Amino acid sequence: MAKIPQKIIHNYLRHRKQFPHVWCPGCSNGIILGAIIRAIDELKYERDDVAMISGIGCSSRMPVYVDFNTLHTLHGRALAYATGVKMFKPEMKVIVITGDGDATAIGGNHFIHACRRNIDLTTIVVNNNIYGMTGGQYSPTTPTGDIATTSPYGNIDPVFDICKLALGAGATFVARTTAYHVIEAQSFIKQALEHKGFSIVEIMSACPVIYGRLNKKGDAPAMMREMKENALPLEKFDELAPEEKQGKYIRGIFKQEIFPEYTEKYAELVASLQRE
Amino acid sequence: MKKPEFKKEIRLSGSGGQGLITAGIILARAAVLDKAIVTQTQSYGPESRGGASRADVIISNTEFYFPEATHFDILLTLTQEAYDKYSENLKDDGILIADNTYVKTITLQYSEIYELPFTEIAAEKLKSSLPANILALAFLVRKTKIVSESSLKKAIKSFIKPRYVDLNLKALKLGFKLADEYESDL
Amino acid sequence: MAKKEIKKNHQEMTLMQGNEAIARGALTAGLNFYAGYPITPSTEIAEILSAELPKRGGVFIQMEDEIAGISAVIGASLAGAKAMTATSGPGFSLMLEGIGFAKMAETPCVVVNVMRGGPSTGLPTSPSQSDIMQSRWGNHGDAPAIVLYPNSVKESFELTIRAINLAEKYRTCVVLLTDEVLAHMREMVELPDFKNIRIIDRIKPTIPPEWYRHYDENPKYRTPLASYGEGYRFHVTGLAHDLYGFPTNKADEIEIMMKRLRKKITHHIKDLVQIESFRMEDATTAIFAAGITSRAAKAAVKLARKSGKRVGLLRPLTIWPFPDEAVRKLLGSKKTVIVPELNQGQLSLEVKRVLGGIWNYENRKTRKIIEVRKTNGELITPVEILNAIKEVK
Repeated sequence: MAKIPQKIIHNYLRHRKQFPHVWCPGCSNGIILGAIIRAIDELKYERDDVAMISGIGCSSRMPVYVDFNTLHTLHGRALAYATGVKMFKPEMKVIVITGDGDATAIGGNHFIHACRRNIDLTTIVVNNNIYGMTGGQYSPTTPTGDIATTSPYGNIDPVFDICKLALGAGATFVARTTAYHVIEAQSFIKQALEHKGFSIVEIMSACPVIYGRLNKKGDAPAMMREMKENALPLEKFDELAPEEKQGKYIRGIFKQEIFPEYTEKYAELVASLQRE
Repeated sequence: MKKPEFKKEIRLSGSGGQGLITAGIILARAAVLDKAIVTQTQSYGPESRGGASRADVIISNTEFYFPEATHFDILLTLTQEAYDKYSENLKDDGILIADNTYVKTITLQYSEIYELPFTEIAAEKLKSSLPANILALAFLVRKTKIVSESSLKKAIKSFIKPRYVDLNLKALKLGFKLADEYESDL
Repeated sequence: MAKKEIKKNHQEMTLMQGNEAIARGALTAGLNFYAGYPITPSTEIAEILSAELPKRGGVFIQMEDEIAGISAVIGASLAGAKAMTATSGPGFSLMLEGIGFAKMAETPCVVVNVMRGGPSTGLPTSPSQSDIMQSRWGNHGDAPAIVLYPNSVKESFELTIRAINLAEKYRTCVVLLTDEVLAHMREMVELPDFKNIRIIDRIKPTIPPEWYRHYDENPKYRTPLASYGEGYRFHVTGLAHDLYGFPTNKADEIEIMMKRLRKKITHHIKDLVQIESFRMEDATTAIFAAGITSRAAKAAVKLARKSGKRVGLLRPLTIWPFPDEAVRKLLGSKKTVIVPELNQGQLSLEVKRVLGGIWNYENRKTRKIIEVRKTNGELITPVEILNAIKEVK
């Protein structure tokens, strides 16, 4: 069994910030933050060069705890703030932390346009299928039929597939995994960070206290087990009969392509004008 | 010795696409070259083509404050609608110049009225109705001496896109000629 | 005597449009980042900067909407940029949440609002002055505002520089109001000698990063500001925060934060408030007008004086903080105050607030405020103000 290097995470936490953190017991956010930190540590990025920018929501509270250049913005706007930071300081590694509601409902417009520009931002979408911070309202990724505090009779909305949305909008690195597959998550994040262009890693996350309880999903371990069983690599998913695919989804890297990156293209424009 | 106060309000009016704002800017630039104090304002509809459009130029030798023309010394109207809307505020001793390609009915009496089919003349003699604005402006300048003709020429050269300069200089020349001939007609 | 040799300055007379003057002023002030979204009648500002900024190594980016525009501006400012956006009423409404964030997070930036007729989509190509109150009270929560309003092309240039300077100096979002006529009119501008223009940059911290507090206490409420990537690794949030920038729910820490947001404005009223007083000394009737309307007012003063009426004009160049003291001192003693404006009485509401207190005690029956309002997309003319002057007994 892989040894969890707790010391590494501890080194990146802000000691002045008083803990405990805001997350509920059993929440996957801590696991995902750990994976992000270990990925950065392995890549040996200077902390001064890393900016972590988030929107509003449970996962968007991550930046406050870590010793980077951190920015906790407005609901849905993280990618637009990050675009400003990246355009002005293209040498910085800019990581955007956002949730399903933050990225695809209120921030949907910024999300598709950041994908389209192919600007070198690494976006981690923590998808817990619900608005947790506000107490459990349905989001664009709450499965149809599920209960939320604003869908007491079951959600009638069709859902967004965040990875397909990103693919359609032009993101050049698109991957999905879950908080259960933590080693894979770390590896995907690492690859996303090293990817030149807009990269997105959707990480399925367990919200046992709100989403789990509303939908009788059991406790945190039960929800982890569900992720283990339902999130399948493409090959395994394809082997299933159509009726077996019910409730299952694909994890893996959907796209990894080199395409001109936005800040580089802008730098080329500036250079060509200054040569004149 | 203090010069007498001089202030002229000019309104160039018609519809969007007739080049009135361009004409206004050129007139204002010419006035700047003449070392006058000048403002140029404009009003147009939300659409850049087809709606009502006007450009105001105020030329003075002393400081003034309100930038829009309210009582015009000179009014150029390229459409009937513009004439109907603005002719009332032309001063009694003001000068009206109307493009009678479109302005068919003139109801009020002014000290000087000039009617010429600028658009038609431009289309016929310059093979394009586009420089009708400069044609009319040249006519206006020679008749009113509101700016010097050399400044007007310089302003056209500096403001119009290079590939259209020749056409517009032709329009300028023709406009001057029309003004001279108009006088001899009287 | 080399010192006495004054270098010939390169002052230049040019015919310039209001929006161009704003773009030129911003570049002169050191603007190196612009993000925005097209909207009439502000678009020329973006067009000019899209051509000029890349040439100078600065950043221009057209975003997907106004919300993204202000967001990118704030992000860039935190990374060290002098950043600005420009818009008009509808876009300004969309930006207000971001403007509130910039104020809360004390991040320098400038928003230009070229006012057009409203409400809603209203009159995109006509002037108004209907965002006087929106620029002060538009964002949720309660934070003071710095809002400037020029009345000429030359002043558009100057106040843009001043807006950027004040944003950097006071670490806040400064709003520059103009209007459609001012934005599109062309006027002769004698650009000031660039050597004489004062450019203010944000104060940078000189202490080691481990001592750095992003919102440190300072007797003058001017706290050094580090940028991302410089080794300070600070946290910024729109949540109530402590001196470091970390979220807090503690009343005493919130108290300090709110006091700082308020005090950094109220402590510097003299530096912030600019007014123009025209023929006020012997005036019995005063006009209080801003922006484009003040030009009609000035013309009306001139006309009224010719017929022997003692009329003067008080013009605020700083709309917010409102020039309470000047209004009290210069208008308090007048018999009549005329407030012409292109809205339904926003400036006059403030004049009434300030004068109400004084006039309640002395001769309130013999004194009055005359409002001249217009919201049909046209300017108030000198004659219309003159008619109001004639009403005065």
